[in-house]
Amino acid sequence: MHQEYTVVEGDFVNAGKASSSVKKTLKQLNVNPQVVKRVVVALYEAEVNAIAHAYGGKVLVDIDADKIKMVVADKGPGIPDIALAMQEGYSTARPEVRDMGFGAGMGLPNMQKNVDKLNVTSEVGVGTTVEMEVNFN
Amino acid sequence: MAFYHALQIEETRCIGCSRCMKICPTEAIRIGGGKAAIQEHRCIDCGRCYEVCPAQAISIKDDDFSIFRKYPHSVALLPSVFLGQFPDDISVSKVYASLYELGFAHVMEVESAAIIYKEAKEKYAREHPDIRPLISSFCPAIVRLIQIKYPSLAENIMPIKVPLDLSAMYALEELTRRGVPREQIGLFYITPCAAKVAAVKAPVGEEKSIIDGVINMNMLYNGVYKHIKDVGKSHQFPPVTRHRLSADAILSTLTNGERRLCSAKRSYAIDGIQNVMDFLDKLENDEVEGVEFLELRACDQGCAGALLSCDNRFLCGERMYARARRAAERERNGEMPRDREMDQYKDYLIDNSQLDEVQPRSMMVLDENISKALEKMERIERLKTHLPQIDCGVCGAPTCEAFATDVVCDKAHLQQCVFYRLHLEAQGKMTLNEGRSNMYSVWGDDRISGEIDV
Repeated sequence: MHQEYTVVEGDFVNAGKASSSVKKTLKQLNVNPQVVKRVVVALYEAEVNAIAHAYGGKVLVDIDADKIKMVVADKGPGIPDIALAMQEGYSTARPEVRDMGFGAGMGLPNMQKNVDKLNVTSEVGVGTTVEMEVNFN
Repeated sequence: MAFYHALQIEETRCIGCSRCMKICPTEAIRIGGGKAAIQEHRCIDCGRCYEVCPAQAISIKDDDFSIFRKYPHSVALLPSVFLGQFPDDISVSKVYASLYELGFAHVMEVESAAIIYKEAKEKYAREHPDIRPLISSFCPAIVRLIQIKYPSLAENIMPIKVPLDLSAMYALEELTRRGVPREQIGLFYITPCAAKVAAVKAPVGEEKSIIDGVINMNMLYNGVYKHIKDVGKSHQFPPVTRHRLSADAILSTLTNGERRLCSAKRSYAIDGIQNVMDFLDKLENDEVEGVEFLELRACDQGCAGALLSCDNRFLCGERMYARARRAAERERNGEMPRDREMDQYKDYLIDNSQLDEVQPRSMMVLDENISKALEKMERIERLKTHLPQIDCGVCGAPTCEAFATDVVCDKAHLQQCVFYRLHLEAQGKMTLNEGRSNMYSVWGDDRISGEIDV
């Protein structure tokens, strides 16, 4: 099953809309609650990243009987050094974003911790695509 | 698997108005044949339906009011909100004395165990530093809400017996110590809500409650009030040795009653079932950080706003605050609150306060088999795009989404949707009579009778 969501730049008010909706779906599918939690945490981080750093983007979700695939693709400045961005505490968030309680540099590491497969591709000046997979069993 | 429920709809009284269906926070009610029906696996006994029913068709399965008289040692386990119901000129002592005159051998406020409950929770928190936030087990409607709707948070509920159970254990121990045989002891809880009835009759985390019966708080209120009026102003009530509760204990069932006593660095006290659901949605997404303790109550203003609290929740709450202020004054003057009498049993009660872990029992699951569930979900999504999305409720379900789910799970027919019927009729695929009988199947055939003349 396929779901799509749009993420709007700077719209922190609606951060978590996609992850909440995905959560409801997974609960209805009887996916183990702890697995649901991991999916939701990872997707929420990715959503917030796209809202905070990029000029908006799309969340594409595909669910089958064994796993969930999530792609968060944004148009934005891109990440020059992905390995550096994967380090805990490394953040390029603007002060006003940090003031809102976001941008602690835990986003990508938190995604890494919660998913079974993570692939980040980025082109500076174009955008970033985060692909995540979580197995249900 | 059957679930016990304390709320029931009396079919003969139900007028099928659907107010209950629209307000139910877990979408547990459907209309069929002109009557409302509760879906057992979704109901959490919160009682919102009871409050809105204009026909008093929803009742609480309590026990017969007079059963306590069968026991020589009947114990009234009283919630302190009961005392908050009475106007100022009816004192706490008068209510106690009336209860004795009505035939209770012993009267005990369940909040006597509030401080021991607090200590049992603190012990649990110390022993389980890895589980945060910890959620209070106090409100049984919330425990059931989490079981069915927030299964991933079930393990956060502290499996600790609530003051009601602890005070019942204390009463039983104390009477047994005095040599009273068990069969002469009757433990009766005066319940302010439906969820507590369910918690006594079908407890979560233990096999069976030791409480022998549940008495509707409104019934007892009427009984006591009538007794006081009957005996008249000149009546000399017998002197009573009553439990003078501590201020903390008196306030414990109101909103913030637990939170104000807990030492957690960050905690929240949330009342009202919708507020609780909004918060749990965020919590489940890990959007709330660093929370250590949550006091969650289904009713606005905590138990002062309980279903069977007959007076206004704010008036009742203020009376309880006034009583707490008097208790605090006495405590400042060095008087020891009587709830400390329970201290001699403290270790025994705390050692026996642990329940089994709360098990999730999700109501959301479409099918145990994930492939089948996915298939159903895709059908629901497709169906939803065809439905009007105005949640009119004419199909007998609270929302278009709930209806789509019912249809896909074979619990409703698509023809129950009035828009779909008009569509079929316009295409000549359904006759007017067929459409009408579909409508009658949901709402009954006596909604409109005769000609309307305005």
